[in-house]
Amino acid sequence: MASRALYSPRHPVLKKRDDFEDVLEERRRSSDLRYALRCYTPTLYKGLVPCKVSMLKSIVLQSDHLQCVIKQVSSESGDSTECVAEEASLILDEMAHRMQLSTVRFFVFTLSKAFKRLFRSVCVNEEGIQRLQQAVQEHPVVLLPSHRSYMDFLMMSYLLYMFDLPLPVIAAGMDFMSMKFIGEMLRMSGAFFIRRSFGGDKLYWAVFSEYVKTMLRKGYAPIEFFLEGTRSRTCKSLTPKTGLLNIVMEPFFKGELFDVSLVPVSISYERVLEESLYARELLGVPKPKESTSGLLKARRVLSEDYGSMHVYFGHPVSVRSLAEGKIKRSQYNLLPRYIPQKPSVDTHEFLNDAAFRLVRIQEENMVLKPWVLIATLLLQNPDGMDLSSLTEQTDWLRHLALAFGAFLDWPDHEACSEVISCSLALHRRLLSVSAGHVQLSVTDAPQVETTPEEAVFQRAVVVLSCASYRNQILHVFLRPALLAVAMQSANSSRKDDIYNCFNFLRNMFSNEFILCPGDSVQDFEEACYLLMKRGVLQVLEHEIVMSASGQSTLAFLCSVLEPFLQGYQVVCRYLCEETNENLTEKEFIPAVRSFALKLILAGRLKCFHIHTVSASLDVLWAFEVLWLFN
Amino acid sequence: MNTRASLRRSAKPRRPDPTRAARHRCRRGEVNGVTFRTFIVTLSVGHEHLLSYRPCNIKTGAVYLSRQEIMKWNGWGYSDSRFLFNKKGQAEFTGKRYRLSGLILPSLKDWFEGTFGANLQHKSPATPTVNLSAVAPPNLNEPFIEDLKAAGVAASHDPEDRVFRAHGHCLHEIFALREGRIGRVPDMVVWPSCHSDVEKIVELACKHNVCLIPYGGGTSVSSALECPHEETRSIVSLDTSQMNRILWIDEKNLTAHVEAGIIGQDLERQLNEHGYCTGHEPDSMEFSSLGGWVATRASGMKKNIYGNIEDLVVHIKMVTPRGVIEKSCLGPRMSTGPDIHHFILGSEGTLGVVTEVTMKIRPIPEYQKYGSVVFPNFQQGVACLREVARQRCAPASIRLMDNEQFQFGHALKPQVSSIFMSFLDGLKKFYITKFKGFDPHHLCVATLLFEGDRGKVLQHEKQVYDIAAKFGGLAAGEDNGQRGYMLTFVIAYLRDLGMDYYVIGESFETSVPWDRVLDLCRNVKERIVRECKERGVQFPPLSTCRVTQTYDAGACVYFYFAFNYRGLSDPVHVYEQVEHAAREEILANGGSLSHHHGVGKLRKEWMKESVSGVGLGMLKSVKEYVDPQNIFGNRNLL
Repeated sequence: MASRALYSPRHPVLKKRDDFEDVLEERRRSSDLRYALRCYTPTLYKGLVPCKVSMLKSIVLQSDHLQCVIKQVSSESGDSTECVAEEASLILDEMAHRMQLSTVRFFVFTLSKAFKRLFRSVCVNEEGIQRLQQAVQEHPVVLLPSHRSYMDFLMMSYLLYMFDLPLPVIAAGMDFMSMKFIGEMLRMSGAFFIRRSFGGDKLYWAVFSEYVKTMLRKGYAPIEFFLEGTRSRTCKSLTPKTGLLNIVMEPFFKGELFDVSLVPVSISYERVLEESLYARELLGVPKPKESTSGLLKARRVLSEDYGSMHVYFGHPVSVRSLAEGKIKRSQYNLLPRYIPQKPSVDTHEFLNDAAFRLVRIQEENMVLKPWVLIATLLLQNPDGMDLSSLTEQTDWLRHLALAFGAFLDWPDHEACSEVISCSLALHRRLLSVSAGHVQLSVTDAPQVETTPEEAVFQRAVVVLSCASYRNQILHVFLRPALLAVAMQSANSSRKDDIYNCFNFLRNMFSNEFILCPGDSVQDFEEACYLLMKRGVLQVLEHEIVMSASGQSTLAFLCSVLEPFLQGYQVVCRYLCEETNENLTEKEFIPAVRSFALKLILAGRLKCFHIHTVSASLDVLWAFEVLWLFN
Repeated sequence: MNTRASLRRSAKPRRPDPTRAARHRCRRGEVNGVTFRTFIVTLSVGHEHLLSYRPCNIKTGAVYLSRQEIMKWNGWGYSDSRFLFNKKGQAEFTGKRYRLSGLILPSLKDWFEGTFGANLQHKSPATPTVNLSAVAPPNLNEPFIEDLKAAGVAASHDPEDRVFRAHGHCLHEIFALREGRIGRVPDMVVWPSCHSDVEKIVELACKHNVCLIPYGGGTSVSSALECPHEETRSIVSLDTSQMNRILWIDEKNLTAHVEAGIIGQDLERQLNEHGYCTGHEPDSMEFSSLGGWVATRASGMKKNIYGNIEDLVVHIKMVTPRGVIEKSCLGPRMSTGPDIHHFILGSEGTLGVVTEVTMKIRPIPEYQKYGSVVFPNFQQGVACLREVARQRCAPASIRLMDNEQFQFGHALKPQVSSIFMSFLDGLKKFYITKFKGFDPHHLCVATLLFEGDRGKVLQHEKQVYDIAAKFGGLAAGEDNGQRGYMLTFVIAYLRDLGMDYYVIGESFETSVPWDRVLDLCRNVKERIVRECKERGVQFPPLSTCRVTQTYDAGACVYFYFAFNYRGLSDPVHVYEQVEHAAREEILANGGSLSHHHGVGKLRKEWMKESVSGVGLGMLKSVKEYVDPQNIFGNRNLL
């Protein structure tokens, strides 16, 4: 069932993907109420009926692991074990979900209504669902959706209910819990809440990990969490976190489970609900606190058209096959299994690698809409484009993207211009179209006088919103683009030089994009292969030569990376010019932001799509890495 | 040596036999129980003897007599004893040696066909006779033979003698024989008749650089007897079967001094004549030898009372190329550096030949009683065994079979003699599954064997049944217990039956800490099923296990694994890959490389991982010192 294909070399072009079906269609035809109340009989893991929530709690609290940590903590702190146990119990109460079918039914009813208003269609690959149905019965399942919107986990649970699959328990950030009523509602529909940071808190970690592991071992329900840890504000996949991944894999490492199936799920939106919110957040406007009243205010979004949404359930990945030959399970033989053990260096490397690969699977199964291509082109032409040349170039880009293996949802049998005008209409808030000229702009710009700073800010919101769409396709062009830039800057056609340059860029961007550590050679070869096949390059034994027709493609690819390179440059310049010695990370981001603003106002920086805000921390990290390299 | 088939001499009425009625009466009191439970217990039927065995004297007149005359050359055990499906399609067991002999087993066919998807129409018969022309001519070392003759040691290079001693009972070995394929065989067989004969042989072997492979009972399941392909010297099989006397019995110290070639059942019988026993009963005791037990660190079924072989030996004499190794006294324990016995125990024939052993003996126990407990599922059963081990009250033997093995055992139920009995069987089943709500696809059974003073046995029995009751266990009678033990000695005969119908199988074992028992059992069984599927085995395999010994800190787990190989071009290869994967799984789940089968050549690749590089180096340096010429060149273990 679970694919071993994760490590096998693949050629992106040959990828076969399942067909989609619109699940809202049926909802539009029959009663939502009856649907919400219908008989729900999920397929179960090995046919086992899950235990009661209260039972689950007591199993966790009685577990050897937790008892062991309680004793440890108690002897370290001097508190009595009863006292620590009480604390553990409170932590668990704060954390645990209280799934209730009635609440789920309520959500199903309201979400049916909401989804029908928001989306034209919600498309799901039913083969993926069937695979999941199979997987759920055989092994405990972990669902790993991508995270672009609050909608994600609501949609996941909704779909699983729809297909009679067991409802997942979802790891959610504590921030939701502060939403009074909604927090509890979410809890009752399967969310459990974890603190954002609990670094040194042994007891908390023990309760949390034991809670997740117990649910997994008992096959209680699929566990759902986001590898990226948080919503990606830029629509670019974030560097995955490995903490939870370690927790769900450990029962396999320790032999408590025969296998665990990881199911990457790619959720893509034609229009992200939070698009302008994200842009503002990136520009330093603090994220609105999750609150019920905030949610009510946000109901405005219900009146807009968000196009279609695609959910792609990937092939289940077996942890057993992933770990084969990489993890020596006998390393756990010499310590009683309930004593917590920090993952070894090997394990850590494996987790990191696995996490990157899973995110790449998410990326690859992400459906791209025509607008993504248009946004890419518009961002490269800040002064706007004629509709005709936009049409022409979009068509060109479409073929390039397809050749690179993009999962493009381009309507069949429709003229290119038709498709484009549809897309432009959907995203009209970001554009102005006049006399056949398309340009990014703030259409509903406030008439009141604005300071130059505010104007820049307004414009940056649009650009960043637009960039978030461009970012969705970055993973398709990333490797060839790195090669293109490497060729440009290597000033040599020797393969070795180009590779070195490629490798340098790859290291620099290792935290910016999803680039599996250690896959450098493979990525280089993939890039060469793709460009060669496209007739852009000729790859000889020791040399890489550009072909005559390849100029435009290479130029395009270079400009894909341009904004990122510029962003990194700004940070460098800032560090060189302005930095005072003791700068904390917290101060760093706003400082760079205002520095960039100054440059823009002074006309020294044309490019608006500086990603400094989100990137700056990554940049710091990249410098550290490069520093180490030198 | 290994837990292959076994001869289970059972509840023999050694003292005047209490009547069955009387025994059941007292049980009623003990079993703490509900009238229903007692009801079941009293239902147990069965013969007093699981088998009545006829001693087979190997030395029948002719001097070097070969066991091959009464034993199969290409299968397990005695030639006259085998399973077959008769013309009516019913299974029966031939011969007169065992309790099961001559009986019809009506449910075996359905179980066999249902479990393996096998069909009685599809036969895969063995080659009927040894094709002696396929045996390569012997590579003889003439000067060695000359000197041997002069020394007066019996020898032979008859092809049949050589083929018989070229293999143990691994699946690949038997499979090849059945197909008439014969690989490298020893070039010659020698039969020393005493310790000094062995000394002469070893000395001559060193002098003429001949490779010696000690041969005891030939029941190895670790490829230990296979002749190494890379060996270019003349290979001589040193058959210890003629060194089979009990040299003395010391009733003051309760020890016996025995030649190492003696076969388990002969040792036990001869000691019994004096009122003693060793209590060492590995499942292969019908055929395996004392020397073999020492050389492989054997374990006996009743080790809870008598101990494993390392606990039983007081003194060992071994002939090595460097000379004879032995201790100077018969003290029960010594602190004289590392125990040199532990270089010998488990040396698997790589260092020398064990010639004489002083062993502990015990008076024959007054009373023996089988028993069984049904548990609703395997988890409960393991929890019960763990508790029994915690309280250190394990009976002579306690084993827990999983559901598949329970059903397997049931398929071996002989034809019931009366309608009344079959009615009672139905009633029992109804009681367990309907009244007590046990799921027939999850329930499992523990088999018990108590031994000792009558009073103590009964007391002990109550204690164990009380513990079992806490884990939801129901006493299920003596008969089920006996049948459970029967399974272990007929299993190897059954393998031969399977091989007549495209089914191949094998057993393997491990030891593991208590807290990992369940996980290991589940994972290994599942791994087997998965590997079979991935390798194109058409029908799900039989993948079953039992917890077969308990210790303070863990348990011994024993697996059976068999599948229908129709449609596979190289079944033995598939089989080996699956077994390899299963062993990897065992090691990954905290199990040991072997509990009592030994390493041989089959599991050598994991030795370093198992004992660390330094550990392996220590063993190698011992070998290097004791046998620098690699005279004992079977290449096991290291």
